[in-house]
Amino acid sequence: MRRLTRKACLLAALGLCAVAWSKAAEGPLRRALSFSSLATSLRDVDAGKIIQALQEMRLRPIRQAWAEFWDIFGPGGRLHPDWFIEHQGHLFIEGGLMAIILVLFFQSGYRPSKEQEEEPLTEREIDELCREWKPEPLVPDIAEEDQLPEPPVIQEWENSHWVTVAGRRALNLTAADFLGLSNDPSVAAAARATVERYGVGSCGPRGFYGTFDVHLQLEQDLAAFMGEEEAIIYSYDIATVASVIPAFASRADILVMDEGCSYPIQQGAKLSRARVFTFKHNDAGDLAALLGRIEAEEARERKPLCRRMIVVEGVYSNTGEVAPLRRIYELKERYKYRLCVEETLSFGVMGERGRGACEAAGLEPGQVEIICASMSGALGSVGGFCVGHSEVCDHQRLCGQGYCFSASLPPYLATAAIAALRILGTPDGQALARRVRGAAAELRAALAAGPPGLVLAGAADGPAAASPVVHLHLDPSVESRLGPRPAVAAALQRVADILLQRYGVFVALPRYSVLDEVHPRQSIKLVANAALASEGRVEHVASALREAAAEVLGGSDGGSDGGGAA
Amino acid sequence: MGVVGEGTRASPAPGAAWYTNWLATWTLAVLLFVGRIRDLLWRGRPRPPKGYAPLTDPQSSFYARRIYGRIHDCWNRPIASAPGPWVDVLERESLEGRTRATRALPPTGARRRCLNLGSYNYLGFAASDPYCTPRVLGALSAGGVSPCASRACGGALPVHSELEAMVAEFVGAEDAIAYGMGFATNSASLPVLCGPGALVLSDALNHTSIVAGVRSGGAAVRVFRHNDMRHLEALLRYHIAEGQPRTHRPWKKILIVVEGTYSMEGESPPLAAIVSLKKRYGAYLYLDEAHSIGAMGGTGRGLCEHAGVDPRDVDVLMGTFTKSFGSAGGYVAGSRAVIAYLRRHSPAHLYAAALAPGAAAQVVAALRLMRGEGGGGRGAAKVAQLHGNAHYMRRRLIAMGLHVLGDWDSPVVPVMVYHVGLLGAISRALLRRRVAAVVVGFPATPLLLCRLRICVSAAHSREDLDYALDAIRDVAEVAGIDYARPAGRLWGLRAAARRAAAAAAAALARGGAGGAEGGGHGGGGGTRSASGGGSGAGSWRGSSSSCCSGSASGGEAESEELSAAAADAHSCASSTAGAECCCDEAACACAGARAASC
Ligand SMILES: Cc1ncc(COP(=O)(O)O)c(C=O)c1O
Repeated sequence: MRRLTRKACLLAALGLCAVAWSKAAEGPLRRALSFSSLATSLRDVDAGKIIQALQEMRLRPIRQAWAEFWDIFGPGGRLHPDWFIEHQGHLFIEGGLMAIILVLFFQSGYRPSKEQEEEPLTEREIDELCREWKPEPLVPDIAEEDQLPEPPVIQEWENSHWVTVAGRRALNLTAADFLGLSNDPSVAAAARATVERYGVGSCGPRGFYGTFDVHLQLEQDLAAFMGEEEAIIYSYDIATVASVIPAFASRADILVMDEGCSYPIQQGAKLSRARVFTFKHNDAGDLAALLGRIEAEEARERKPLCRRMIVVEGVYSNTGEVAPLRRIYELKERYKYRLCVEETLSFGVMGERGRGACEAAGLEPGQVEIICASMSGALGSVGGFCVGHSEVCDHQRLCGQGYCFSASLPPYLATAAIAALRILGTPDGQALARRVRGAAAELRAALAAGPPGLVLAGAADGPAAASPVVHLHLDPSVESRLGPRPAVAAALQRVADILLQRYGVFVALPRYSVLDEVHPRQSIKLVANAALASEGRVEHVASALREAAAEVLGGSDGGSDGGGAA
Repeated sequence: MGVVGEGTRASPAPGAAWYTNWLATWTLAVLLFVGRIRDLLWRGRPRPPKGYAPLTDPQSSFYARRIYGRIHDCWNRPIASAPGPWVDVLERESLEGRTRATRALPPTGARRRCLNLGSYNYLGFAASDPYCTPRVLGALSAGGVSPCASRACGGALPVHSELEAMVAEFVGAEDAIAYGMGFATNSASLPVLCGPGALVLSDALNHTSIVAGVRSGGAAVRVFRHNDMRHLEALLRYHIAEGQPRTHRPWKKILIVVEGTYSMEGESPPLAAIVSLKKRYGAYLYLDEAHSIGAMGGTGRGLCEHAGVDPRDVDVLMGTFTKSFGSAGGYVAGSRAVIAYLRRHSPAHLYAAALAPGAAAQVVAALRLMRGEGGGGRGAAKVAQLHGNAHYMRRRLIAMGLHVLGDWDSPVVPVMVYHVGLLGAISRALLRRRVAAVVVGFPATPLLLCRLRICVSAAHSREDLDYALDAIRDVAEVAGIDYARPAGRLWGLRAAARRAAAAAAAALARGGAGGAEGGGHGGGGGTRSASGGGSGAGSWRGSSSSCCSGSASGGEAESEELSAAAADAHSCASSTAGAECCCDEAACACAGARAASC
């Protein structure tokens, strides 16, 4: 900084110098611009107006002083610039400027600045510092409160609804294959045929001969199913939204997210480096206020128009709650934001045609710019996809990191998804989705009162109850009674074990990473599926939960086998 | 490959003669200039609704629209068969007359059987295999298509643990964790390993997934020059001595991240030197073996085996199953503590769907074969065949006078092209000769280091390779990319000038695809090109194409052929793009004249 100012001084001095020289050298130009003409005009003014004014004000001494001043400095005067220049006085100016230049020059040349004064480290010192440096271990020991029981392993897999875990055949409420489409013989047959024909891996990214005809087919089918212009598939679910967000937001842009968004969205926002704002979970009022604040701020700072996007989940994976998409849509239209909805847990189940939470909220295809979802949900396969305008998809084909820089989806997983999608599009598939929605709503209603020590997340009825994912959070008072985190985890694990061994219900206990900025309360997660929709199963699961919870989490007085069972 | 900044800088290639660099720059400048003019005159992208900013930043999409857009038929070519040694490439409609620069081209339905030099099928596990396929089908019956749940929440199957145990044993680590995608393996594991307060020293050519992983972890990153151990050591010393910026606190840890084989260079890092550096300075080493696992080392155990380094000296061994093993997914192997921590905290383990059982079974079967089980040393034979093929290919290509990069054993064989304008012509010409190879340009390489990349497979026979080499020789001669062929100084200069003229012409000819691919399916191509006849732009076309060939007329047959191809392409440019064509031609003529005057 200081060096810069010095340079600027030098330049200015040099410039002045040049002006002075030219003044001395150029006769006619000098005359044209000379001070005398300026001075004459000044004197005209003084004769006409100023002196008169001064006289009128009877300020003789001042007038006199002015006249004396003018004798010396006026044209012909001793110190008039013209005289000065004509009598080589300019040499003085130039000499002075030269001196300044020299001073500045020597300053920058000979006096090192403060930071340069510090001697650089010698090799010996660096060696020493390197020897002294003690790195932390590559990974910390897992903190005691983070230690969790071993996750369950499926020993035998009958179909996506019935599995054997720890020696017990059980109803599987962990898999997001809601409709059980992957159990359909046509899906399995498609997958097998493709493995025989194409092998397993695609052995290349989409750009480099990794695009198979079946990928194009799946993209077409997805677009048609969703009623959108185009679809693009990714080879993995968590890489989908994490690639989509950075493709449409960069440093100068604005992302507005729900504070409950799951990790892939958080990662996408981080990778985009955009300005991120969060609003209160599922609170459209807070969103409205936030958007208003941002708009006012942007207008105040006169920021140029930037890309702005709201990112929400159709059904929040951390809580199973449904986003108020209708309200969010209205706000986005009002404030001219684009909307990105992550539909992993709603695609295939919610909405009349199974298009997801946006359809359920009454939004037409095309109204939401970007919809992402996993294929490990209702499609019962692996991978992720994004649908939207063709411009949205085209751009991802150039800029979606997980799309461009990763091997494409194994073809057999694509054909499995195609087959599943085909069923989903039939009236049978829609009827199945309706039944699963019904089962989910029934389960919610049955658990509304909450098994002892557990609290149902989200609404128990209304449109929000259509979410196929039910989280039962631990009651805060029970949590504090149980003590530290490992004890809480162990208690929930006991509930899960009882559910499995005694009632044949396999449930999952979600776990969260240190990287996750959202820290949801510990919970039991139940995923509604087609098997749950058959006669009496919902009541069986609900009562099993009530009994297991009563046994482990018990009454508030701490009795472990209190009579909490309803 | 010299100094290459984050993969975006156009730095001169040290291997190329100065005039090659100069002329390649010149071709690029012409393309950029024409692109800018087009941007001035035509929008070329949809207008956003009122009140919205454009969906894509026009500046950052400039390259895609105006340069990649001219030759994008060379990428994303769909295939309709297993990516084995030969593939069925689906032909697509030609590029000509398309108004939206990078829109995917619809397939025409015709197929072309091509030798596959594009897929990462290093060990030849891509197609169905008498040993692997029955096991995959078995896994499909036993585990379904997908468990539809994360590994930590009810999606774990016995095949996953089996796979992890086998991977750990294969690479020589204590434990391993498997994920469903190679990209996510990096982008979800790295942030767990290095958060704020950690320093990552990353090779300049590291893969995007590594960059994404490091960035989402929040660690500080410094990039060292590709494979430059002096620079790496200097950075280590400097940063350990200086500590963190501003606070000068000591770094919590330093992680060196390198790849086993760089996918665009075919080169491996000097692993022994890196290990000794990391030991001396107390840093950790993360080795991404995406392209080297299975392909390097006598038994395919990766770079450690190749370089004679104890795998336990590498703290984190990462790799993918998408390349050598012909499956999907990736793994991280290392000490028990590291893997336990990843199992507890890695987002790809906790939130993502578990690796599909079929894909896992494919890797288990492949690893079994590599270990020597299941029938007469097939694994060892595959590795030997791969290395033999790679040596053969490299030797022959070098003998042709091409600039070939990479290590002898590496299955990735890049051939330098330098001229952006030649990429499209080469790729199309090879496809015409039924060779499916990959050309890579800007985002993957610096602007002036574009290249043809050949991936050799163990499944290729010698005849296959000879077939490819024949085609490559012919195309390389026509395109004039045999830079290393001995030639007099002046001769080289003149050849280079003609090459640049040809490159500019080929690059600016949007209808090039029509010329290249249209030939294959006569009937379909004919109807399209007929429409180009009667437009007002015809006279422009005539004059410019004669100018192009005129500029080359003094020289050898090689560039005449190419510019003739370019002229062909011009004459079948469709009338819908008439106005844009004029501008093209003018610039092309100008490029030709300037280049010829050199
Ligand atoms: C070095 C490196 N790491 C990771 C990956 C990503 O692997 P995958 O294609 O399995 O997602 C690649 C793939 O191109 C790679 O080259």
